[in-house]
Amino acid sequence: MRHSVTYTFLFAGAVCVICAVLVSTSAVSLADRQRANALQYKRKNVLIAAGLIGSTEKVTAEEINKRFENVLPVAIDLETGETVEDFDTASYDQQKAKTDPEMSREAPPNLSVIKRLPKYAVVYQLINEQDQVEMLVLPIEGYGLWSTLYGFLALRADTKTIAGLTYYQHLETPGLGGEVDNPRWKALWPGRVAFDEAGRPVIEVIKGPAGPVDEDPHRVDGLSGATLTSRGVTRMLRFWLGEHGFGPYLAKFRESRGAS
Amino acid sequence: MASPANKTLLDPLVDNNPITMQVLGICSALAVTTKLETSAVMCVALLFVLTLSNVSVSLIRDHIPSSIRIIVQLTIIASLVIVADQFLKAFLFDISKQLSVFVGLIITNCIIMGRAEAFAMQNGPGRSAADGIGNGLGYSAVLLIVGAFRELFGAGKLLGYTILPLVTEGGWYNPNGIMVSSAGAFFLIGFLIWGLRSWKTDQIEEGV
Amino acid sequence: MEHYLSLAVKAIFVENMALAFFLGMCSFLAVSKKVSTAIGLGAAVVFVLTLTVPLNNLIYRYLLREGGLSWIDPSWAQYDLSFLGFLCYIGTIAALVQIVEMALDRFVPALYHALGIFLPLIAVNCAILGASLFMVERDYTLAESVVYGFGSGMGWALAIVALASIRERMHYSNVPPALRGLGITFIVTGLMAIGFMAFAGVQL
Repeated sequence: MRHSVTYTFLFAGAVCVICAVLVSTSAVSLADRQRANALQYKRKNVLIAAGLIGSTEKVTAEEINKRFENVLPVAIDLETGETVEDFDTASYDQQKAKTDPEMSREAPPNLSVIKRLPKYAVVYQLINEQDQVEMLVLPIEGYGLWSTLYGFLALRADTKTIAGLTYYQHLETPGLGGEVDNPRWKALWPGRVAFDEAGRPVIEVIKGPAGPVDEDPHRVDGLSGATLTSRGVTRMLRFWLGEHGFGPYLAKFRESRGAS
Repeated sequence: MASPANKTLLDPLVDNNPITMQVLGICSALAVTTKLETSAVMCVALLFVLTLSNVSVSLIRDHIPSSIRIIVQLTIIASLVIVADQFLKAFLFDISKQLSVFVGLIITNCIIMGRAEAFAMQNGPGRSAADGIGNGLGYSAVLLIVGAFRELFGAGKLLGYTILPLVTEGGWYNPNGIMVSSAGAFFLIGFLIWGLRSWKTDQIEEGV
Repeated sequence: MEHYLSLAVKAIFVENMALAFFLGMCSFLAVSKKVSTAIGLGAAVVFVLTLTVPLNNLIYRYLLREGGLSWIDPSWAQYDLSFLGFLCYIGTIAALVQIVEMALDRFVPALYHALGIFLPLIAVNCAILGASLFMVERDYTLAESVVYGFGSGMGWALAIVALASIRERMHYSNVPPALRGLGITFIVTGLMAIGFMAFAGVQL
């Protein structure tokens, strides 16, 4: 069937308009739900890192919100470690901020293939019944073998002892690097001490098994067959616990604690 | 239903299976079959898009100018996939995270384009729908079989429930690493084809 | 410079589109019966990838992502059109393949006829769309996109030519009837994939 050029253009135009309307309508009308889902997902993972939800536990949205009531999101300036007031922590997307030149800066050379650092980060403080901060949950990321792993590191209030580590997004090999999601491996982390006497981050995922927490506080079992993912975990933990990551914030936190 | 329509629906299950005979839709058959759950979601998503795309293309088949035929088909397919993806993100967020890049790859899933060109452009909406469902089911059959094997022998689980307790969780089963990688999926499909063609000997390729 | 070299090596070997990510499998398996046709398709894929990945990079940066439209008007920075990503990328790919087809037909008819049906087949090669999607996810710059596009194309071409060579040799093997053709091809590809696992984690 020969069609005129005009017809072709009109047809193409009609198809474009119809498809665009279809796509945009679904995107816009579902946007709120999706945002809510993303927020729930983030909260769930903060709670998992803090140990308030089991990694395989199935929880409803209401449960998540209830348990999140004891968690206080705090926005901080990454470089100085100062708390930032009047910050919309719920809608802040740290990964998006990294691509915005106004809200991020180039990262110093590091082994975790982190290219840019956001200006602000949202950390989470777990408050107990005595209104004291019991735990800090810090967002971390770094390269493994195939992908960047995104997760949360939970520190006890002494800012030295690890309370938990969980990853919520990664594309590592299932069964190998993907074992970062294995509850038994995650259970090895609570109680390990991230820093040495001089305050340097020395936590390490080693090759082979490490001792129990009291005898081998600075080391964690390696993931068999996943040397590079394990190395990636070590590197990113040391980066984010160091001076270019949350080091300044942790120092400020200890100061404010010591003073009160 | 008349006999030809039945044939359209049932042919793609064994005799003209999109994966094992038409060599279409392979990429997703490898990528998402590490777990039975993600395979099942992929099957449903593909069935949805394939059927709707077949029907849409069939409805306008007499009006599409031939010079922009392929792009129009792709636009329709892409739009349907985006809508499916938006729904997944809104209602099945956890699963959508796992499917990530691969939901987008339904657009280039050659089954959809292949059936649009080979069938929907020449047949009415009713039969095109049957063809879409048939091919979707044929694809799903292979995906679910591969997914079941890979999750069972690669992780000792089915749909997340432990069937073979893993050594790393205190059991006895040492998971098969090959099954976890896509190479395992290749072998599985190869063996599936072997079995299928030993049964249906008319599918055997000559002169190869 | 090393950064780009490392990116290229990664794209060709470590993250080989065909044997590590298993993209573009349909044409990979269907077109690998003869080495000469495999080379033709491989060359076409390299060409299309080297052009579409940077092009889609520009579209993503200056049109689709949140803040991308700010070059038209600063207040437009609030718009986030990334949900139109799939449509736009596949649109550029299909359009580019169509343009390449017409250009070849006009200027290099011998090559056009040699490639034949393979050129339009590239539009639905999932490796092409996959490369653009990876580029967006990893937020490459324009230069990185060019290197990545070229590298991933070369990797895919390398894989399909290798498979074609093996299949030509298999004419002289005693393959069981039900395995001949497609069946043994799947198994051979699986073995090749295992071979390429050796590159995992290589960093220059």
